[in-house]
Amino acid sequence: MTKQSKKATSDTYLFGLDSFGDLPTKADGTLMSHPEAIRQVVEEAILADKLGINRIGLGEHHRPDYSISSPETVLAGIATRTKNITLSSAVTVLSSDDPVRVFERFATVDALSNGRAQVILGRGSFTESFPLFGYDLRDYNELFEEKVELFSKLLPEEPVTWEGKTRAALKNADVYPKTEKGLGVAIGVGGSPESVIRAARYNFPLILAIIGGAPDRFAPYVELYRQAAEDLGTTAHPVGMHSPGFIAETDEEARKLAWPAFKTSWDRIGKTRGWPPYTREQFLYEIEHGSLYVGSPETVAKKIAKAMKALDARTFDMVYGGGPVSAEARLKMVELYGTKVIPMVKELLSQ
Amino acid sequence: MKLGIIGAGKLGITLAQLALKAGYEVAVSGSGDTQKIALSVKVLTPGAIAMTTKDVAQWAEVIILAIPLGKFRQLPVESLKGKIVIDATNHWPEVDGPREEIIPETLSSSEAIQQFLPESRVVKAFSHMGYHELRDWARPAGSDERKALALASDSNQATTNVAAIVSDLGFEPVILGSLSHGRILEPGQQGFGLVTSATKLKELGN
Repeated sequence: MTKQSKKATSDTYLFGLDSFGDLPTKADGTLMSHPEAIRQVVEEAILADKLGINRIGLGEHHRPDYSISSPETVLAGIATRTKNITLSSAVTVLSSDDPVRVFERFATVDALSNGRAQVILGRGSFTESFPLFGYDLRDYNELFEEKVELFSKLLPEEPVTWEGKTRAALKNADVYPKTEKGLGVAIGVGGSPESVIRAARYNFPLILAIIGGAPDRFAPYVELYRQAAEDLGTTAHPVGMHSPGFIAETDEEARKLAWPAFKTSWDRIGKTRGWPPYTREQFLYEIEHGSLYVGSPETVAKKIAKAMKALDARTFDMVYGGGPVSAEARLKMVELYGTKVIPMVKELLSQ
Repeated sequence: MKLGIIGAGKLGITLAQLALKAGYEVAVSGSGDTQKIALSVKVLTPGAIAMTTKDVAQWAEVIILAIPLGKFRQLPVESLKGKIVIDATNHWPEVDGPREEIIPETLSSSEAIQQFLPESRVVKAFSHMGYHELRDWARPAGSDERKALALASDSNQATTNVAAIVSDLGFEPVILGSLSHGRILEPGQQGFGLVTSATKLKELGN
């Protein structure tokens, strides 16, 4: 195994929050509208920035239950009201977008934020964007493969000549605005070995989306990424992970708040995919052994540290506020994550 | 036992890992030439051999299908003749398109595959649990925590053979009946997604 991971100091670990802009509930118990939910995410990002959280990642969906379909537009809003936090998509569904446009929009966010923009590319686990933007799902693989290739050619910020089947050819095309230090890019992968190798092939950092089951099962994928980078002569960057969670003052309160929200959200998605209703047993199993980081700051910190150690992960991003929880509880969660969980995880990892 | 797995995605890799652990000889194929999956096989399933789909079909005694259901018409019918074929696929509208475009309304998806492979013996198995549940819940025989996996086939002999494989890989086999019974294991039906004990799974068959 190629170990380029020297004994790391706590500063080499980074922590983020990811949101799809789920509609939270208001004080009167009703759901926020889409515009209200988007503004809520901006407030949460501002708080996260104040608390020193390293990254806010926004997912792209085109469904009624999520308010964010255009992550970089929300990131642009966050950019001018924050100082240090990295502004990321999580993920940009590149297959149904235009790589040139994606580059232009993120380069713009990068300008607004003094170099804090980052694109996390992925195939996405939802497919609504395909019919919406006129793409055929049967081209799923080819679309992603070609567009990642083109996107990687844009990153040096020099004129590009490219030809493929999924988009008009480019001949010596220059793309603007240029950035000051280059655009941050990573690739989000849900466990397909092919995608892991692709990340290595394009020399992109790998972020593992681990949304169910024991996190240590992904350890061989980290090894695959490193081996592939070695074989291909690219760099094995530090690996990141992303998983869902919810934090409150006590385990009991966190479970009480998270259970109905996760169930609502899971069952809504499950209906379209033929899954049976989400059970309490599954919920508790995922908290105990799987990939739900739900509980008090101490419980969650221990679980994060254990998973990061098992995978030698250098970044952890928590998908927070999934399903209809109150806006107040979400803000509280951001606060607990920044003030308690992250310091505890750093402490545990330094031991 | 030589077990072949067609499909090197999440499910195929998981089943290969469980089979290697059980001491089987395992070969895996992906959608293209072996070069594309060689590294994944080497790192994720050390001990397994990367082959082309046709070679897997010829080499193995039993073959598991871990491909998108919509691709079953690309299977090498000739090479699979006389073999036991375990169908672990599921209809996934987002990838396969509408069900009625690939499977006749009156058939279970495994029956459609059996019709396409008339001289193979198809057994539906490993289909109603997700790949990470298969990985997390595999337990040796006798364990209290062991979960059940449903089987459906039109061949009694093949069912017996596959039941032994299911058990070796870490699950309690529950025989539901013929391939048409397999319909209740399809997405949206009552058996899909069940991670449960043999007693509870048997209730499905009644």
